[in-house]
Amino acid sequence: MAEKKETKNTNKQLSPEEVVKYFKDEFKTKIKSSEIKKRATGLKKMEFVNIWMKIDKSIFKDFIKHLCDLTYPHLAVCSGNDLGKTIELIYNFSIYFGKNLEEISFNVAVEVPKSKPEIETICDYIPGSLITEREKQEMLGIKVIGIPDERRLFLPEDFPDNLYPWRKDKETQKGIEKLYKNLHEGKVKK
Amino acid sequence: MSSETTQTTYQLPIGPIHPALKEPVMFKFEIDGERIVDVDVELGHVHRAIEWTGMRRNPIQIIYLAERICGICSFVHPMAFCRAVENAVDIEVPERADYIRVVHGELERICSHLLWAGVAAHEIGFDTVLYLTWEMREKALDLTEYLTGNRVTKAILTIGGVRRDITSEHIPKISETINYFNKNFIKLKRAFLEDKTVKMRSQGVGILTYDDALKLCAVGPTTRASGVKKDVRADQPYAAYSDLGIDYTTPDLLTGEVNGDVYDRIVTRLLEVKQSLEIIQKAIDQMPAGDLVSEPKIPKLLNYIKKTPGEGVGRDEAPRGEVIHYVKFDGENEHPYTWKVRASTYANILPWIPMLKGEQIADIPIVAASTDPCMSCTNRVGVVNNKTNQKMMLDKETLHKLSIEKTRRLMR
Repeated sequence: MAEKKETKNTNKQLSPEEVVKYFKDEFKTKIKSSEIKKRATGLKKMEFVNIWMKIDKSIFKDFIKHLCDLTYPHLAVCSGNDLGKTIELIYNFSIYFGKNLEEISFNVAVEVPKSKPEIETICDYIPGSLITEREKQEMLGIKVIGIPDERRLFLPEDFPDNLYPWRKDKETQKGIEKLYKNLHEGKVKK
Repeated sequence: MSSETTQTTYQLPIGPIHPALKEPVMFKFEIDGERIVDVDVELGHVHRAIEWTGMRRNPIQIIYLAERICGICSFVHPMAFCRAVENAVDIEVPERADYIRVVHGELERICSHLLWAGVAAHEIGFDTVLYLTWEMREKALDLTEYLTGNRVTKAILTIGGVRRDITSEHIPKISETINYFNKNFIKLKRAFLEDKTVKMRSQGVGILTYDDALKLCAVGPTTRASGVKKDVRADQPYAAYSDLGIDYTTPDLLTGEVNGDVYDRIVTRLLEVKQSLEIIQKAIDQMPAGDLVSEPKIPKLLNYIKKTPGEGVGRDEAPRGEVIHYVKFDGENEHPYTWKVRASTYANILPWIPMLKGEQIADIPIVAASTDPCMSCTNRVGVVNNKTNQKMMLDKETLHKLSIEKTRRLMR
């Protein structure tokens, strides 16, 4: 378990634009891109805010620390995309929940090279991220540095090593195809 | 042999298949006498690679695949998926569809919470309450069938709206069902919340503190029972919830305090049943006229999605908590480039550990069930005694008997 931290936040609540500014002032060019998307819903046309941000891998851990200082976030899940040469990890946070209709969905994307797919763990700040980090290790072949528990989560023990189902390269596709095509191998006449 | 004689704890594996868990999951308990010292959870026994399959289907096909992720949450999963697609490629939803979505979402919550209440009562040995709650649930299922044509897989959603209307013809049956629930809710409340034995079995058991709930990213009634105000319906404007004024349901509304124990989780869910009834009534009263779906021609819709690159997340408050789907389209293919599903139980796995530590073996069924894990059940538990290397099997009936015996002991 992480050390005891003050989790109730006393900071002033920032608007979506101010949240983006807060991180841009802090990390400058290391924030590769940011976008605020708003969507209205219902009869009253109230707006909901999504922030999408791409950051550089080198500031990732520091970024999470700053986010926790700003307000303690809820990590919904970490999604991942295989983009060919890189793997993109998207941490779907939500901040400012608990205040009626003021929540902001905060999606932080970070790319890691496929040749060296490594990312630091954030379990020391957000212990609840363990499950999703373990999933990323087995499904996308990400090496999470410093993860407290690196066992498999969903995949069975007899699933081949070095085969990561969510990767999109040809080798993976072939490997997976082999797994399910051979399921009824015994019944096929040669 | 010294290690064998100095060992004071023994291991108790529960699962992968077990009565308190509706779907397979494996617990490994470290037991000292009657007390649980440590817990380890193993998952993946029913991993069906739905996301992998979905990445080879078109979005309309995925709606029906998403509906089959879970039999109880057969509305919220397609709902979160549809919202993710609508956010990703910017598809409008007509206002009337937003209201109809709310009605079905809340109806599903009532069905799910009553199902859970029955299971929880069964776990502590009150089968009469199980019959009461499931009789009530039957009325909600009948209404679901009346409105959608199906009791479980409702097939009501589509991208950009809903597939069936709620007409004036439907209103009397809805009002009749709401009245039935309001009348019988008092009975349910008395059976659950005022009973001395239920209190003895649930108060102070399976505690999840505010800090743990927040840090372990717990969701739904599990986190609200610990005092964390987190409810997607109230947090962010989505569907018609922002028009209807939803408030966070925490146990202190009824009891004046938050303890984060099993009792609080029962209180939270029962209050939410009441809240859902009010929401349905409001949604029916305020429902505007208009279209059901923004683009009724499916080939046109699919063609638009195929040509539009984008990524989006859809969140939805399922009966068990926040569900989130992430979708990315590359603008070339009809099927999504990535589809990631996170069900609510996924986030409620880690909170089991602090809840179960320090509790008794007889409390395992009710504490494990108290987060309403969305996982099916059959009956076998193996107990391995390390000291004597002796193996014995505890089947469903025996473990259930242990739980009932504890209730009876307390009643005396």
